[in-house]
Amino acid sequence: MRRLVAFCSGSLFGVGLLLSGMTDTSKVQGWLDFFGNWDPTLAFVMGGAMVPMFIAWRFTEGRKPIYAEKFPSRPQSNIDRDLILGSVLFGVGWGLAGLCPGPAIASLGFGGSQSALFVLAMLLGMRLTPSIRLQISSSSAT
Amino acid sequence: METDWIMGLVGGLMIGLAASLYLLGNGRIMGASGIIGGLVDKSEWSSATDRIVFLIGLILAPSIYIFIFEFEADTKATTNVIILILAGLLVGFGTRLANGCTSGHGVCGISRLSIRGIASTIFYIFAGVVTVALLRNLWGAIQ
Repeated sequence: MRRLVAFCSGSLFGVGLLLSGMTDTSKVQGWLDFFGNWDPTLAFVMGGAMVPMFIAWRFTEGRKPIYAEKFPSRPQSNIDRDLILGSVLFGVGWGLAGLCPGPAIASLGFGGSQSALFVLAMLLGMRLTPSIRLQISSSSAT
Repeated sequence: METDWIMGLVGGLMIGLAASLYLLGNGRIMGASGIIGGLVDKSEWSSATDRIVFLIGLILAPSIYIFIFEFEADTKATTNVIILILAGLLVGFGTRLANGCTSGHGVCGISRLSIRGIASTIFYIFAGVVTVALLRNLWGAIQ
């Protein structure tokens, strides 16, 4: 059943990304073009996605997931260097190409070689992260 | 187009429902970078099948939808190979370092009023806005 839930969730996520315009890089970059010809669409996407999730989080209190033992515990609330540095680098990449991880994967079936190339580079970046992270922390410790 | 915001809202609701289903059903955060990243660096190999099945749905469903409803889809992505590779590397590394992306930190984090989710979203949107402003005004690489 966990797999069925995962499949339905992934499918719904994919179609949602497609319909909302998140897989259209011109809409994403248009939304980020705050000082130019601003496209507000993504604000509606974000707002729309928040509503069910806000209710879902309320629903988790005092309950257990249907097919798991417990809900994810609240992460520690500290804002550290990795969070800031990672988010900024992600934002630069997002602005450059107009793709973030979910829409990039969702567009693999119809996005041609551009989506494929972006995803390959993204996977490489993810693969290299643990070793780069080690180097950053060891160089800042000395 | 005038209907863009309606489609955005409808698609957004579907994204939120997908995340709610994943949370209430499987007790997991629906974060794209985490789901992919946990497979790529094998850091969370125990839930590998759930993740793979999620990704299969994520790849297949939009294409099937396009096929059935003859939906016009185009990423309109740049054809500049260097930008695509550089952006992919930055997105891959950045989201793993920050431990989340638009879905994990953005949708799931903000709706939980997580400080880290809110902070991350502010930083990546800010960086994205600056990047697009520089691209459009200095380089004119994107129309």
